[in-house]
Amino acid sequence: MADAKPKEVLLNPLMNNNPIALQVLGICSALAVTTKLETSVAMCIAVILVLICSNAAVSLIRQQIPSSIRIIVQMTIIASLVIVVDQCLQAFAFDASKQMSVFVGLIITNCIVMGRAEAFAMKNGPALSMLDGLGNALGYSLILLLVGFLRELFGSGKLWGVTVLPTTGDGGWYVPNGMMLLPPSAFFIIGLAIWALRTWKPEQVEDF
Amino acid sequence: MDHYLNIFLRSMFVENLALAFFLGMCTFLAVSKNVRTAVGLGIAVVLIMAITIPANNLLYQHLLKKGALSWASSDLAEVDLTFLGLISYIGVIAAMVQILEMALDRFFPPLYNALGIFLPLITVNCAILGGSLFMVERDYNFAESCVFGVGSGVGWALAIAALAGIREKLKYSDVPAGLRGLGITFITVGLMALAFMSFGGI
Repeated sequence: MADAKPKEVLLNPLMNNNPIALQVLGICSALAVTTKLETSVAMCIAVILVLICSNAAVSLIRQQIPSSIRIIVQMTIIASLVIVVDQCLQAFAFDASKQMSVFVGLIITNCIVMGRAEAFAMKNGPALSMLDGLGNALGYSLILLLVGFLRELFGSGKLWGVTVLPTTGDGGWYVPNGMMLLPPSAFFIIGLAIWALRTWKPEQVEDF
Repeated sequence: MDHYLNIFLRSMFVENLALAFFLGMCTFLAVSKNVRTAVGLGIAVVLIMAITIPANNLLYQHLLKKGALSWASSDLAEVDLTFLGLISYIGVIAAMVQILEMALDRFFPPLYNALGIFLPLITVNCAILGGSLFMVERDYNFAESCVFGVGSGVGWALAIAALAGIREKLKYSDVPAGLRGLGITFITVGLMALAFMSFGGI
């Protein structure tokens, strides 16, 4: 990856090497916060910020980190960034931060941040690492927004809190699919999304 | 006693960390290919959770909580250090994992060899940090947090062992090409989560 092109670094994670669908990174938070589009967007912004900053920071000091304690160093950088994001969210978007409860804090252990720091930022310069951070965070956001969109639309007939499909409860015609609001639906949607992605790009199919 | 039993069963089944809150999903999906390793990882998670959640509880109740420092001097009675929570919990977890690793290596070499690479990986398992954060959010006291730690650890271990069992069987079934591997695993976990939801009524 030493001479990777900036464009590839940025765009590859979107489809060809999606962090959720192929690298199996950062799934925990992807599932839990996606009952509504609004929280998904807040989560995406938080992850994009943290991932770019942490990749840049780790990459800047990568020559100085002794390899035996690199995990702790990365953890400390990531944890400090997440605390900043958490405090900002509590200050400016309190409702969203209440709904996400512990999942903001869990960005620390979101493997996507740690995984990219370890796999990319430790080996590449700051500018490329930031691009890689952005690309991966966008790939992550893509899946998150898709799941959030589907779950909110079919689960409660709303998008961003605005009624799109009037539900029978309010005198409309749409019978909301309650299961979409429950945890298992997120698994099904991501599973089906992976199926669709791999049918489109057959080289991602894995054998047992 | 009822109260503790209640917390134990709740954290184990109703609020199963893996299937109701999606915590520790990365390892959950990556390390569930066969039952033996899954059980080994499960045991490691139970151990670490049973230690770190009470430890973080002490830290929170006596150092970080608003007014918790009042035992040191009355000037500090108003100090609120909760914003340092995340970094201290992850520090405690990383340290505990390291200590446990050394202790196991010294006193129980067979278990140490069986766990292998999974032990250090537990540091970045969201279930552990998530457990600590839930403990803080619900304001458990020390005894409650011990019970909660063991209960949620056991629940996670149960879930990963069950998934590994299913995946071993899945190897022999004819899955559509695009769905193989990760895709079908997601759908299996979804079905398991549905099944676990039926505990909700207890």
